[in-house]
Amino acid sequence: MQALTNRAKTVERKPMTLWEKMYVPAIAKGMSITFGHMFKKKPTINYPEKQRPFSPVFRGLHVLNRDEEGREKCTACGLCAVACPAEAITMEAAERLPGEEKLYKEEKYAARYEINMLRCIFCGLCEEACPKDAIFLSETVTPANYSRDKFIYGKEELLIPDPKTQPEEFAKARGIVK
Amino acid sequence: MLLAIDWFLILEKCVLIAVIISLSLVVAMYETWAERKVAAVMQDRRGPNRAGIFGILQPLADGIKLFMKEEIIPTLSNKFLFVLGPGLAMLTAMMTSAVVPWSSHFELFGKSISLQVADINIGILYIFGVVSMGVYGIMIGGWASNNKFSLLAALRGASQIISYELAMGLSFIALLMITGSLSLKTIVEQQQDHAYNFIYQPLGFFIFLVCAFAECNRTPFDLSEAENELNFGYHQEYSSMKLGFYLFAEYVNMFVSSAVMATLFFGGYDIPFVNDISFGLHYGQNLLAVLQGLSLFVKVACFIFFFMWVRWTIPRFRYDQLMRLGWRILIPLALLNMLVTGFIVLLKSNNWHF
Repeated sequence: MQALTNRAKTVERKPMTLWEKMYVPAIAKGMSITFGHMFKKKPTINYPEKQRPFSPVFRGLHVLNRDEEGREKCTACGLCAVACPAEAITMEAAERLPGEEKLYKEEKYAARYEINMLRCIFCGLCEEACPKDAIFLSETVTPANYSRDKFIYGKEELLIPDPKTQPEEFAKARGIVK
Repeated sequence: MLLAIDWFLILEKCVLIAVIISLSLVVAMYETWAERKVAAVMQDRRGPNRAGIFGILQPLADGIKLFMKEEIIPTLSNKFLFVLGPGLAMLTAMMTSAVVPWSSHFELFGKSISLQVADINIGILYIFGVVSMGVYGIMIGGWASNNKFSLLAALRGASQIISYELAMGLSFIALLMITGSLSLKTIVEQQQDHAYNFIYQPLGFFIFLVCAFAECNRTPFDLSEAENELNFGYHQEYSSMKLGFYLFAEYVNMFVSSAVMATLFFGGYDIPFVNDISFGLHYGQNLLAVLQGLSLFVKVACFIFFFMWVRWTIPRFRYDQLMRLGWRILIPLALLNMLVTGFIVLLKSNNWHF
């Protein structure tokens, strides 16, 4: 039969020679290979103490952002929820009352903002859809939990720490926010 | 008085037995750790390194885990035999160490204390006898589990051990022709005067080594365990420390068979390149005995490493391959070795005249 490519190799089934039949040389060769592996550099890292850096395009846990004065940026426009292909985001909007100007940046804010981390596929479309730069995907992973309803993250889990009262935590969170 | 009881002798032997049993258990413990470490470094991993420095407490953690596990005895199993199986396996593994000379002798309280539990003149026959009893541990465990896989594994293990015992015995006969003694102590003392038996009997040693692998149920001959075909074989139904006993017995077996191989072929407690007797006269017998014990221990450690090295290199044999290797290769080779050795020994006793 005509071979389609010149890469085909015919398998030769020769009977084994006496040297091969003894097996001992082959075993010795294998043993030398395993012995050599003892002195190779190990690619393993000691995980919790040492961590490999995430790639710069890594999309991890969401963070709801604040501006420099510690006001929430989210206006509960719902574009992220619309963009979300996994329908993981829900929110309830509320109107900013007089006297709450230091809490919320615009007249409308999210009274409830929830992301179901079990539904989320971490595509980052919410981040792209957001007109107010209010939601970011950070470089952390969702920690494990014991019950499913704990995976529905509310505002207390998602909101970045206040830069006025907790500047260190805010800087740290911003450090892992892209 | 003819039947006067030598209380000192009894005390001495009891202490010696306790020390040797605890030593073999500790060695077996650290063999499990070493096995995981060796496996890891050969596969470019790190191995256990969390419990203590270098994971040195890992065997303790494993032991605690095994003790905490639920003890399950299958409903339809033969309960007495089910419990007996691991005990037998452990017992036979431990009993073998009785005739191994661990070192020469201490001189304490004006007495010479031999570091061998029993210097019986049929030492090696005793070892063969006890080792073949090891089949019962596997056989009874596998049968009492009332599980087809366990029974199959037990059958395989039994036939494997019996087949390889033949070749082992035959390879030892050639060694016997050279040494002319069955006592392990005498064999070691002869090797102190002459070269090690390994030099005279390389083929015999090789056959003995392969058979020792088979006797210990170690890879490449761990057919009675066979995780992928018989899901863990004869100890599939076992849990908790009964499983631990089976696993431990394997490691104790490995330790003792390493000690036997070192004793028979590598000079036992003899310190290589050192004239032991003049060393003893210079620096005292007790120091010599300690160093000799260490020397045997180093040899044993090398053998144990070799066991592990082989385990993480060679894949398991198929059952028919195993039987072919045992019956059609090793036994004829051992017979040939025996004939050649006998011929040379006869020739030598006749002053090299035909």
